[in-house]
Amino acid sequence: MVSKSGFRNVSIGSTLLWITVFVVVPYLFVLVFSFFQRDPEQIVAAVFTWQNYKDIFSPVFLVVCWNSLILALGTTVITLLVAYPFAFFLGRIPERIRRILLLLMIIPFWTSSLIRTYALIILFKANGIVNGLLLSLKLVDEPLAILYTQTSVFIGLVYTLLPFMILPIYSSIQKLDLRLIEAARDLGATSGHIFLRIVLPLTLPGIIAGSTMVFLPALGLFYIPDLLGGARSMLIGNFIKNQFLTTGNWPLGSAASVILTLIMCLFLYVYFLSSRKARTSGMGEMA
Amino acid sequence: MKKTLRYLYLACVYLFLYIPILILVIYSFNDSKYSTNWQGFTLSWYTQLIADGPLMEAFVNSLVIAFASSVSATILGTLGAFAFYRYRFPGRKVMYTFIYIVMMSPDIVMGISLLMFFIILGMETGALTLLLAHITFCLPFVVVTVFSRISGFDRNIIDVAKDLGATELQMFRHIMLPMLMPAIIAGWLLSFTLSLDDVVVSFFTTGPYFEILPLKIYSMVRLGIKPEINALSAVMFLLSLITVTVAHLVTKENR
Repeated sequence: MVSKSGFRNVSIGSTLLWITVFVVVPYLFVLVFSFFQRDPEQIVAAVFTWQNYKDIFSPVFLVVCWNSLILALGTTVITLLVAYPFAFFLGRIPERIRRILLLLMIIPFWTSSLIRTYALIILFKANGIVNGLLLSLKLVDEPLAILYTQTSVFIGLVYTLLPFMILPIYSSIQKLDLRLIEAARDLGATSGHIFLRIVLPLTLPGIIAGSTMVFLPALGLFYIPDLLGGARSMLIGNFIKNQFLTTGNWPLGSAASVILTLIMCLFLYVYFLSSRKARTSGMGEMA
Repeated sequence: MKKTLRYLYLACVYLFLYIPILILVIYSFNDSKYSTNWQGFTLSWYTQLIADGPLMEAFVNSLVIAFASSVSATILGTLGAFAFYRYRFPGRKVMYTFIYIVMMSPDIVMGISLLMFFIILGMETGALTLLLAHITFCLPFVVVTVFSRISGFDRNIIDVAKDLGATELQMFRHIMLPMLMPAIIAGWLLSFTLSLDDVVVSFFTTGPYFEILPLKIYSMVRLGIKPEINALSAVMFLLSLITVTVAHLVTKENR
Protein backbone atom coordinates (compact mmCIF):
# COMPACT_ATOMS: atom_id res chain seq x y z
CA MET A 1 0.00 0.00 0.00
CA VAL A 2 2.98 2.27 0.47
CA SER A 3 3.69 2.36 -3.27
CA LYS A 4 0.05 3.12 -3.99
CA SER A 5 -0.12 6.20 -1.85
CA GLY A 6 3.39 7.11 -2.94
CA PHE A 7 2.49 7.23 -6.61
CA ARG A 8 -0.77 9.01 -5.85
CA ASN A 9 1.00 11.74 -3.91
CA VAL A 10 3.74 12.19 -6.47
CA SER A 11 1.29 12.52 -9.36
CA ILE A 12 -0.95 14.96 -7.54
CA GLY A 13 1.86 16.81 -5.85
CA SER A 14 4.15 17.48 -8.79
CA THR A 15 1.70 19.50 -10.88
CA LEU A 16 0.12 21.14 -7.86
CA LEU A 17 3.49 22.20 -6.51
CA TRP A 18 4.73 23.46 -9.86
CA ILE A 19 1.65 25.58 -10.52
CA THR A 20 1.72 26.94 -6.97
CA VAL A 21 5.39 27.88 -7.00
CA PHE A 22 5.69 29.22 -10.55
CA VAL A 23 2.22 30.61 -11.18
CA VAL A 24 0.28 31.32 -7.98
CA VAL A 25 3.16 32.79 -5.98
CA PRO A 26 4.50 35.01 -8.80
CA TYR A 27 0.97 36.25 -9.55
CA LEU A 28 0.52 37.08 -5.88
CA PHE A 29 3.74 39.08 -6.03
CA VAL A 30 2.28 41.07 -8.92
CA LEU A 31 -0.90 41.69 -6.96
CA VAL A 32 0.93 42.76 -3.80
CA PHE A 33 3.42 44.95 -5.67
CA SER A 34 0.60 46.77 -7.41
CA PHE A 35 -0.34 48.18 -3.97
CA PHE A 36 3.22 49.09 -2.99
CA GLN A 37 4.97 52.41 -3.36
CA ARG A 38 7.73 52.97 -5.81
CA ASP A 39 11.11 53.41 -4.22
CA PRO A 40 13.99 54.81 -6.28
CA GLU A 41 16.59 52.86 -4.37
CA GLN A 42 15.06 49.51 -3.59
CA ILE A 43 12.61 49.36 -6.52
CA VAL A 44 9.63 49.16 -4.15
CA ALA A 45 8.78 50.19 -0.62
CA ALA A 46 6.35 48.03 1.34
CA VAL A 47 3.90 50.84 2.01
CA PHE A 48 0.28 50.36 1.04
CA THR A 49 -1.03 52.78 -1.57
CA TRP A 50 -3.81 53.11 -4.14
CA GLN A 51 -1.62 55.52 -6.11
CA ASN A 52 -0.67 53.05 -8.87
CA TYR A 53 -4.28 52.43 -9.73
CA LYS A 54 -4.98 56.15 -9.60
CA ASP A 55 -2.07 56.68 -11.99
CA ILE A 56 -3.46 54.06 -14.34
CA PHE A 57 -6.75 55.90 -14.57
CA SER A 58 -4.97 59.20 -15.07
CA PRO A 59 -5.33 60.95 -18.47
CA VAL A 60 -1.76 60.17 -19.56
CA PHE A 61 -2.16 56.45 -19.23
CA LEU A 62 -5.71 56.50 -20.52
CA VAL A 63 -4.45 57.85 -23.84
CA VAL A 64 -2.18 54.82 -24.20
CA CYS A 65 -4.91 52.59 -22.92
CA TRP A 66 -7.51 54.06 -25.25
CA ASN A 67 -5.32 53.61 -28.30
CA SER A 68 -4.55 50.05 -27.32
CA LEU A 69 -8.17 49.23 -26.54
CA ILE A 70 -9.36 50.60 -29.88
CA LEU A 71 -6.72 48.55 -31.71
CA ALA A 72 -7.57 45.40 -29.78
CA LEU A 73 -11.30 45.93 -30.19
CA GLY A 74 -10.92 46.63 -33.92
CA THR A 75 -8.79 43.50 -34.31
CA THR A 76 -11.37 41.42 -32.45
CA VAL A 77 -14.27 42.71 -34.56
CA ILE A 78 -12.48 42.28 -37.90
CA THR A 79 -11.21 38.79 -37.09
CA LEU A 80 -14.68 37.82 -35.88
CA LEU A 81 -16.33 39.09 -39.06
CA VAL A 82 -13.84 37.18 -41.20
CA ALA A 83 -13.74 34.07 -39.02
CA TYR A 84 -17.43 33.40 -38.51
CA PRO A 85 -18.42 32.82 -42.15
CA PHE A 86 -15.07 31.15 -42.71
CA ALA A 87 -15.67 28.60 -39.95
CA PHE A 88 -19.16 27.99 -41.29
CA PHE A 89 -18.03 27.39 -44.86
CA LEU A 90 -15.15 25.22 -43.67
CA GLY A 91 -17.63 22.97 -41.87
CA ARG A 92 -19.46 22.29 -45.14
CA ILE A 93 -16.43 21.18 -47.12
CA PRO A 94 -16.23 17.42 -47.82
CA GLU A 95 -14.41 15.57 -45.06
CA ARG A 96 -11.28 14.63 -47.03
CA ILE A 97 -10.40 18.14 -48.16
CA ARG A 98 -11.52 19.63 -44.87
CA ARG A 99 -8.95 17.67 -42.89
CA ILE A 100 -6.16 19.19 -44.94
CA LEU A 101 -7.70 22.67 -44.73
CA LEU A 102 -8.04 22.33 -40.97
CA LEU A 103 -4.37 21.41 -40.66
CA LEU A 104 -3.53 24.47 -42.77
CA MET A 105 -5.31 26.58 -40.17
CA ILE A 106 -3.70 24.80 -37.20
CA ILE A 107 -0.18 25.43 -38.56
CA PRO A 108 -0.31 29.25 -38.32
CA PHE A 109 -2.08 28.84 -34.96
CA TRP A 110 1.03 27.21 -33.54
CA THR A 111 3.89 28.74 -35.52
CA SER A 112 5.79 31.76 -34.33
CA SER A 113 3.88 35.01 -34.67
CA LEU A 114 7.24 36.80 -34.61
CA ILE A 115 8.20 35.14 -37.87
CA ARG A 116 4.78 35.81 -39.32
CA THR A 117 5.12 39.46 -38.31
CA TYR A 118 8.54 39.57 -39.91
CA ALA A 119 7.04 38.22 -43.14
CA LEU A 120 4.72 41.23 -43.18
CA ILE A 121 7.66 43.62 -42.96
CA ILE A 122 9.09 42.23 -46.19
CA LEU A 123 5.69 42.71 -47.79
CA PHE A 124 5.13 46.23 -46.55
CA LYS A 125 8.47 47.99 -46.72
CA ALA A 126 8.84 50.96 -49.08
CA ASN A 127 10.55 48.89 -51.77
CA GLY A 128 8.60 45.80 -50.81
CA ILE A 129 6.18 43.59 -52.70
CA VAL A 130 3.00 45.50 -51.97
CA ASN A 131 4.43 48.80 -53.13
CA GLY A 132 6.05 47.15 -56.14
CA LEU A 133 2.67 45.77 -57.10
CA LEU A 134 0.86 49.07 -56.56
CA LEU A 135 3.48 50.95 -58.58
CA SER A 136 3.48 48.54 -61.47
CA LEU A 137 -0.31 48.59 -61.61
CA LYS A 138 -0.02 52.39 -61.62
CA LEU A 139 -2.37 52.61 -58.64
CA VAL A 140 0.06 54.91 -56.87
CA ASP A 141 2.76 57.24 -58.18
CA GLU A 142 5.21 56.84 -55.34
CA PRO A 143 5.68 54.14 -52.70
CA LEU A 144 3.11 54.25 -49.91
CA ALA A 145 4.35 54.45 -46.36
CA ILE A 146 2.61 51.37 -44.95
CA LEU A 147 5.27 50.21 -42.55
CA TYR A 148 5.57 52.11 -39.24
CA THR A 149 1.99 53.32 -39.28
CA GLN A 150 -0.98 52.49 -37.12
CA THR A 151 -2.47 50.67 -40.13
CA SER A 152 0.41 48.22 -40.39
CA VAL A 153 0.13 47.47 -36.65
CA PHE A 154 -3.55 46.81 -37.17
CA ILE A 155 -2.95 44.53 -40.17
CA GLY A 156 -0.21 42.79 -38.21
CA LEU A 157 -2.52 42.05 -35.30
CA VAL A 158 -5.30 40.79 -37.57
CA TYR A 159 -2.85 38.69 -39.54
CA THR A 160 -1.22 36.99 -36.56
CA LEU A 161 -4.39 36.52 -34.51
CA LEU A 162 -6.93 35.41 -37.14
CA PRO A 163 -6.36 31.65 -36.59
CA PHE A 164 -7.04 32.17 -32.87
CA MET A 165 -10.54 33.38 -33.75
CA ILE A 166 -11.24 30.79 -36.43
CA LEU A 167 -10.40 27.59 -34.56
CA PRO A 168 -12.62 28.08 -31.45
CA ILE A 169 -15.55 29.21 -33.60
CA TYR A 170 -15.04 26.29 -35.94
CA SER A 171 -15.12 23.81 -33.06
CA SER A 172 -18.31 25.35 -31.64
CA ILE A 173 -19.97 25.22 -35.08
CA GLN A 174 -18.96 21.57 -35.38
CA LYS A 175 -20.82 20.85 -32.16
CA LEU A 176 -23.97 22.48 -33.50
CA ASP A 177 -26.83 19.98 -33.81
CA LEU A 178 -28.09 20.45 -37.37
CA ARG A 179 -31.41 18.82 -36.47
CA LEU A 180 -32.26 21.93 -34.46
CA ILE A 181 -32.02 24.03 -37.63
CA GLU A 182 -34.10 21.53 -39.61
CA ALA A 183 -36.72 21.47 -36.90
CA ALA A 184 -36.88 25.26 -36.81
CA ARG A 185 -37.18 25.40 -40.59
CA ASP A 186 -39.99 22.81 -40.53
CA LEU A 187 -41.76 24.95 -37.98
CA GLY A 188 -41.57 27.88 -40.38
CA ALA A 189 -38.72 29.97 -38.98
CA THR A 190 -36.99 32.33 -41.39
CA SER A 191 -33.24 32.09 -41.97
CA GLY A 192 -32.63 35.29 -40.04
CA HIS A 193 -34.68 34.02 -37.17
CA ILE A 194 -32.87 30.68 -37.12
CA PHE A 195 -29.52 32.45 -37.07
CA LEU A 196 -30.40 34.86 -34.29
CA ARG A 197 -32.33 32.47 -32.07
CA ILE A 198 -30.49 29.17 -32.57
CA VAL A 199 -27.16 29.36 -34.35
CA LEU A 200 -25.80 32.48 -32.68
CA PRO A 201 -26.64 31.55 -29.06
CA LEU A 202 -25.27 28.01 -29.51
CA THR A 203 -22.02 29.19 -31.08
CA LEU A 204 -21.61 32.04 -28.61
CA PRO A 205 -19.11 30.10 -26.46
CA GLY A 206 -16.86 29.75 -29.52
CA ILE A 207 -17.20 33.44 -30.30
CA ILE A 208 -16.27 34.38 -26.74
CA ALA A 209 -13.39 31.92 -26.58
CA GLY A 210 -12.07 33.27 -29.86
CA SER A 211 -12.52 36.87 -28.75
CA THR A 212 -10.58 36.14 -25.55
CA MET A 213 -7.75 34.58 -27.53
CA VAL A 214 -7.62 37.59 -29.86
CA PHE A 215 -8.42 40.51 -27.60
CA LEU A 216 -5.91 39.73 -24.82
CA PRO A 217 -2.88 39.15 -27.05
CA ALA A 218 -3.93 42.22 -29.06
CA LEU A 219 -3.43 44.22 -25.85
CA GLY A 220 -0.20 42.53 -24.87
CA LEU A 221 1.86 41.51 -27.93
CA PHE A 222 4.44 44.25 -27.57
CA TYR A 223 6.69 43.15 -30.38
CA ILE A 224 4.13 43.77 -33.11
CA PRO A 225 4.00 47.57 -32.65
CA ASP A 226 7.76 47.47 -31.93
CA LEU A 227 8.44 45.96 -35.33
CA LEU A 228 5.59 47.26 -37.47
CA GLY A 229 4.65 50.51 -35.81
CA GLY A 230 7.85 52.32 -35.07
CA ALA A 231 7.65 54.40 -31.93
CA ARG A 232 4.23 55.89 -32.50
CA SER A 233 1.76 53.22 -31.55
CA MET A 234 1.91 51.56 -28.19
CA LEU A 235 -0.07 48.72 -26.64
CA ILE A 236 -0.71 48.14 -22.95
CA GLY A 237 1.91 45.40 -23.38
CA ASN A 238 4.51 47.98 -24.43
CA PHE A 239 3.54 50.12 -21.45
CA ILE A 240 4.01 47.22 -19.03
CA LYS A 241 7.30 46.23 -20.65
CA ASN A 242 8.61 49.80 -20.33
CA GLN A 243 7.66 49.98 -16.65
CA PHE A 244 9.82 46.95 -15.96
CA LEU A 245 12.72 47.44 -18.32
CA THR A 246 13.02 51.18 -18.96
CA THR A 247 11.35 53.21 -16.24
CA GLY A 248 11.85 50.70 -13.45
CA ASN A 249 8.40 51.40 -12.03
CA TRP A 250 7.42 47.91 -10.92
CA PRO A 251 4.33 48.91 -8.94
CA LEU A 252 2.77 50.72 -11.89
CA GLY A 253 3.62 47.87 -14.26
CA SER A 254 2.14 45.42 -11.76
CA ALA A 255 -1.07 47.42 -11.50
CA ALA A 256 -1.42 47.43 -15.30
CA SER A 257 -0.86 43.65 -15.29
CA VAL A 258 -3.54 43.21 -12.65
CA ILE A 259 -5.97 45.17 -14.84
CA LEU A 260 -5.07 42.94 -17.81
CA THR A 261 -5.66 39.84 -15.68
CA LEU A 262 -9.01 41.18 -14.52
CA ILE A 263 -10.09 41.71 -18.13
CA MET A 264 -9.14 38.09 -18.80
CA CYS A 265 -11.13 36.86 -15.79
CA LEU A 266 -14.14 38.81 -17.04
CA PHE A 267 -13.86 37.13 -20.45
CA LEU A 268 -13.50 33.67 -18.88
CA TYR A 269 -16.52 34.30 -16.67
CA VAL A 270 -18.67 35.34 -19.65
CA TYR A 271 -17.40 32.27 -21.50
CA PHE A 272 -18.39 30.06 -18.59
CA LEU A 273 -21.89 31.58 -18.48
CA SER A 274 -22.45 31.36 -22.23
CA SER A 275 -21.24 27.76 -22.53
CA ARG A 276 -23.47 26.72 -19.67
CA LYS A 277 -26.40 28.49 -21.29
CA ALA A 278 -25.64 26.98 -24.70
CA ARG A 279 -25.52 23.51 -23.16
CA THR A 280 -28.77 23.79 -21.23
CA SER A 281 -30.73 25.56 -23.97
CA GLY A 282 -29.45 23.06 -26.56
CA MET A 283 -30.67 20.17 -24.43
CA GLY A 284 -33.90 21.93 -23.55
CA GLU A 285 -34.72 22.28 -27.20
CA MET A 286 -33.87 18.66 -27.84
CA ALA A 287 -36.15 17.34 -25.12
CA MET B 1 -22.75 29.62 -57.70
CA LYS B 2 -23.11 29.91 -53.97
CA LYS B 3 -20.69 27.05 -53.58
CA THR B 4 -18.09 28.74 -55.79
CA LEU B 5 -18.35 31.91 -53.73
CA ARG B 6 -17.83 29.92 -50.55
CA TYR B 7 -14.69 28.27 -51.94
CA LEU B 8 -13.49 31.64 -53.15
CA TYR B 9 -13.90 33.09 -49.67
CA LEU B 10 -12.00 30.22 -48.06
CA ALA B 11 -9.26 30.57 -50.66
CA CYS B 12 -8.92 34.30 -49.98
CA VAL B 13 -8.42 33.75 -46.24
CA TYR B 14 -5.82 31.04 -46.85
CA LEU B 15 -4.02 33.27 -49.33
CA PHE B 16 -4.01 36.09 -46.77
CA LEU B 17 -2.46 33.74 -44.20
CA TYR B 18 0.06 32.03 -46.44
CA ILE B 19 1.24 34.55 -49.04
CA PRO B 20 3.49 36.49 -46.61
CA ILE B 21 5.14 33.29 -45.40
CA LEU B 22 5.52 31.99 -48.94
CA ILE B 23 7.18 35.23 -50.02
CA LEU B 24 9.47 35.07 -47.02
CA VAL B 25 10.59 31.59 -48.05
CA ILE B 26 11.03 32.58 -51.70
CA TYR B 27 13.12 35.60 -50.73
CA SER B 28 15.38 33.49 -48.59
CA PHE B 29 16.64 32.09 -51.92
CA ASN B 30 16.88 35.45 -53.69
CA ASP B 31 20.38 36.37 -54.84
CA SER B 32 20.16 40.04 -53.85
CA LYS B 33 20.76 41.83 -50.63
CA TYR B 34 18.46 44.82 -50.98
CA SER B 35 16.36 44.55 -54.10
CA THR B 36 12.87 43.16 -54.00
CA ASN B 37 13.28 41.95 -57.58
CA TRP B 38 14.17 38.39 -58.20
CA GLN B 39 17.88 38.20 -58.98
CA GLY B 40 18.31 34.48 -59.26
CA PHE B 41 18.47 31.47 -57.01
CA THR B 42 21.06 31.20 -54.26
CA LEU B 43 21.74 29.20 -51.15
CA SER B 44 24.30 31.69 -49.89
CA TRP B 45 22.04 33.08 -47.11
CA TYR B 46 21.72 29.59 -45.72
CA THR B 47 25.47 28.97 -45.85
CA GLN B 48 26.07 32.35 -44.19
CA LEU B 49 23.63 31.29 -41.52
CA ILE B 50 25.59 28.17 -40.73
CA ALA B 51 28.82 30.17 -40.65
CA ASP B 52 27.39 32.71 -38.21
CA GLY B 53 28.72 31.56 -34.83
CA PRO B 54 26.53 33.54 -32.38
CA LEU B 55 23.42 32.77 -34.40
CA MET B 56 24.15 29.05 -34.40
CA GLU B 57 24.83 29.22 -30.66
CA ALA B 58 21.44 30.85 -30.10
CA PHE B 59 19.86 28.19 -32.30
CA VAL B 60 21.44 25.39 -30.27
CA ASN B 61 20.39 27.13 -27.02
CA SER B 62 16.83 27.33 -28.30
CA LEU B 63 16.77 23.67 -29.24
CA VAL B 64 18.21 22.62 -25.87
CA ILE B 65 15.69 24.69 -23.92
CA ALA B 66 12.81 23.55 -26.13
CA PHE B 67 13.80 19.92 -25.71
CA ALA B 68 14.43 20.07 -21.95
CA SER B 69 11.32 22.11 -21.17
CA SER B 70 9.00 20.07 -23.39
CA VAL B 71 10.20 16.78 -21.95
CA SER B 72 9.88 18.05 -18.36
CA ALA B 73 6.47 19.56 -19.01
CA THR B 74 5.31 16.34 -20.68
CA ILE B 75 6.35 14.18 -17.71
CA LEU B 76 4.83 16.58 -15.17
CA GLY B 77 1.71 17.23 -17.23
CA THR B 78 0.99 13.57 -17.97
CA LEU B 79 1.23 12.72 -14.28
CA GLY B 80 -0.92 15.75 -13.53
CA ALA B 81 -3.62 14.86 -16.07
CA PHE B 82 -3.71 11.32 -14.68
CA ALA B 83 -4.03 12.65 -11.13
CA PHE B 84 -6.89 14.94 -12.15
CA TYR B 85 -8.67 11.99 -13.73
CA ARG B 86 -7.99 9.29 -11.16
CA TYR B 87 -7.88 10.94 -7.75
CA ARG B 88 -10.13 13.16 -5.67
CA PHE B 89 -8.19 15.65 -3.62
CA PRO B 90 -8.84 19.03 -2.05
CA GLY B 91 -8.42 21.88 -4.52
CA ARG B 92 -8.79 19.60 -7.55
CA LYS B 93 -11.40 21.72 -9.31
CA VAL B 94 -9.69 24.99 -8.40
CA MET B 95 -6.38 23.69 -9.76
CA TYR B 96 -7.93 22.51 -13.00
CA THR B 97 -9.58 25.89 -13.49
CA PHE B 98 -6.26 27.49 -12.73
CA ILE B 99 -4.60 25.48 -15.47
CA TYR B 100 -7.07 26.94 -17.96
CA ILE B 101 -6.43 30.42 -16.61
CA VAL B 102 -2.68 29.96 -17.05
CA MET B 103 -3.25 28.83 -20.62
CA MET B 104 -5.37 31.87 -21.44
CA SER B 105 -3.51 34.46 -19.39
CA PRO B 106 -1.55 37.05 -21.37
CA ASP B 107 2.08 36.06 -21.90
CA ILE B 108 3.26 39.41 -20.71
CA VAL B 109 1.71 38.95 -17.26
CA MET B 110 3.37 35.57 -16.91
CA GLY B 111 6.65 37.07 -18.12
CA ILE B 112 6.78 39.93 -15.65
CA SER B 113 5.45 37.86 -12.74
CA LEU B 114 8.23 35.31 -13.24
CA LEU B 115 10.82 38.07 -13.71
CA MET B 116 9.81 39.59 -10.36
CA PHE B 117 9.75 36.16 -8.74
CA PHE B 118 13.28 35.30 -9.92
CA ILE B 119 14.68 38.69 -8.93
CA ILE B 120 13.11 38.52 -5.48
CA LEU B 121 14.56 35.04 -4.99
CA GLY B 122 17.93 36.45 -6.01
CA MET B 123 18.24 34.20 -9.05
CA GLU B 124 20.36 35.42 -11.95
CA THR B 125 18.24 35.31 -15.12
CA GLY B 126 19.70 32.92 -17.66
CA ALA B 127 19.37 29.35 -18.87
CA LEU B 128 17.87 28.00 -15.65
CA THR B 129 15.22 30.69 -15.19
CA LEU B 130 14.34 30.41 -18.88
CA LEU B 131 13.92 26.66 -18.54
CA LEU B 132 11.68 27.03 -15.46
CA ALA B 133 9.55 29.63 -17.27
CA HIS B 134 9.18 27.48 -20.39
CA ILE B 135 8.16 24.42 -18.38
CA THR B 136 5.55 26.61 -16.68
CA PHE B 137 3.83 27.80 -19.84
CA CYS B 138 4.05 24.40 -21.57
CA LEU B 139 2.65 22.46 -18.61
CA PRO B 140 -1.04 23.47 -19.02
CA PHE B 141 -1.04 22.52 -22.71
CA VAL B 142 0.21 19.03 -21.89
CA VAL B 143 -2.28 18.60 -19.04
CA VAL B 144 -5.20 19.65 -21.24
CA THR B 145 -4.12 17.57 -24.26
CA VAL B 146 -3.61 14.42 -22.17
CA PHE B 147 -6.67 15.00 -20.02
CA SER B 148 -8.95 15.35 -23.04
CA ARG B 149 -7.88 11.88 -24.19
CA ILE B 150 -7.92 10.25 -20.76
CA SER B 151 -11.43 11.50 -19.98
CA GLY B 152 -12.77 9.49 -22.93
CA PHE B 153 -11.49 6.22 -21.38
CA ASP B 154 -13.66 3.53 -19.91
CA ARG B 155 -13.18 3.68 -16.15
CA ASN B 156 -13.73 -0.09 -15.92
CA ILE B 157 -10.23 -0.64 -17.32
CA ILE B 158 -8.79 0.76 -14.11
CA ASP B 159 -11.07 -1.36 -11.96
CA VAL B 160 -10.10 -4.52 -13.85
CA ALA B 161 -6.41 -3.76 -13.38
CA LYS B 162 -6.94 -3.10 -9.70
CA ASP B 163 -8.97 -6.32 -9.28
CA LEU B 164 -6.14 -8.26 -10.86
CA GLY B 165 -3.82 -6.87 -8.22
CA ALA B 166 -1.97 -4.12 -10.07
CA THR B 167 -0.58 -1.32 -7.97
CA GLU B 168 -1.33 2.28 -8.98
CA LEU B 169 2.12 2.61 -10.48
CA GLN B 170 1.82 -0.65 -12.44
CA MET B 171 -1.61 0.34 -13.69
CA PHE B 172 -0.28 3.72 -14.79
CA ARG B 173 2.84 2.26 -16.35
CA HIS B 174 1.33 -0.69 -18.21
CA ILE B 175 -2.17 0.46 -19.05
CA MET B 176 -2.52 4.21 -18.98
CA LEU B 177 0.83 5.13 -20.52
CA PRO B 178 0.45 3.02 -23.69
CA MET B 179 -3.15 4.14 -24.18
CA LEU B 180 -2.22 7.78 -23.65
CA MET B 181 0.85 7.70 -25.88
CA PRO B 182 -0.65 9.61 -28.86
CA ALA B 183 -1.81 12.43 -26.61
CA ILE B 184 1.51 12.47 -24.77
CA ILE B 185 3.45 12.72 -28.03
CA ALA B 186 1.12 15.46 -29.28
CA GLY B 187 1.48 17.39 -26.01
CA TRP B 188 5.23 17.01 -26.16
CA LEU B 189 5.49 18.21 -29.78
CA LEU B 190 3.21 21.18 -29.15
CA SER B 191 5.24 22.12 -26.07
CA PHE B 192 8.39 21.88 -28.14
CA THR B 193 6.94 24.28 -30.73
CA LEU B 194 5.62 26.65 -28.07
CA SER B 195 8.98 26.78 -26.36
CA LEU B 196 10.93 27.17 -29.60
CA ASP B 197 8.75 30.07 -30.79
CA ASP B 198 8.14 31.95 -27.56
CA VAL B 199 9.16 35.60 -27.51
CA VAL B 200 7.26 37.37 -24.74
CA VAL B 201 7.93 35.17 -21.70
CA SER B 202 11.53 34.53 -22.78
CA PHE B 203 12.08 38.26 -23.21
CA PHE B 204 11.67 38.73 -19.46
CA THR B 205 13.13 35.51 -18.13
CA THR B 206 16.45 35.11 -19.89
CA GLY B 207 19.60 37.03 -19.18
CA PRO B 208 22.08 38.77 -21.47
CA TYR B 209 24.43 35.79 -21.49
CA PHE B 210 21.98 33.22 -22.71
CA GLU B 211 20.64 34.14 -26.12
CA ILE B 212 17.89 32.22 -27.86
CA LEU B 213 16.80 32.37 -31.45
CA PRO B 214 13.44 34.23 -31.28
CA LEU B 215 14.97 37.03 -29.19
CA LYS B 216 17.97 37.14 -31.50
CA ILE B 217 15.63 37.46 -34.48
CA TYR B 218 13.66 40.12 -32.63
CA SER B 219 16.72 42.26 -31.96
CA MET B 220 18.06 41.74 -35.50
CA VAL B 221 14.76 42.73 -37.11
CA ARG B 222 14.64 45.91 -35.04
CA LEU B 223 17.93 46.93 -36.63
CA GLY B 224 16.65 46.25 -40.13
CA ILE B 225 15.99 43.30 -42.36
CA LYS B 226 18.69 41.08 -43.73
CA PRO B 227 18.43 38.13 -46.10
CA GLU B 228 19.98 35.90 -43.40
CA ILE B 229 16.91 36.51 -41.25
CA ASN B 230 14.73 35.38 -44.14
CA ALA B 231 16.65 32.13 -44.28
CA LEU B 232 16.55 31.75 -40.51
CA SER B 233 12.81 32.43 -40.37
CA ALA B 234 12.20 29.94 -43.16
CA VAL B 235 14.08 27.28 -41.18
CA MET B 236 12.13 28.08 -38.00
CA PHE B 237 8.84 27.97 -39.86
CA LEU B 238 9.69 24.63 -41.42
CA LEU B 239 10.61 23.22 -38.02
CA SER B 240 7.29 24.30 -36.48
CA LEU B 241 5.41 23.09 -39.53
CA ILE B 242 6.86 19.60 -39.15
CA THR B 243 6.22 19.31 -35.39
CA VAL B 244 2.67 20.67 -35.62
CA THR B 245 1.79 18.41 -38.55
CA VAL B 246 3.17 15.33 -36.78
CA ALA B 247 1.33 16.26 -33.56
CA HIS B 248 -1.89 16.70 -35.53
CA LEU B 249 -1.50 13.39 -37.37
CA VAL B 250 -0.62 11.47 -34.21
CA THR B 251 -3.81 12.59 -32.45
CA LYS B 252 -5.99 12.09 -35.52
CA GLU B 253 -4.75 8.61 -36.50
CA ASN B 254 -5.41 7.05 -33.14
CA ARG B 255 -8.81 8.40 -32.40
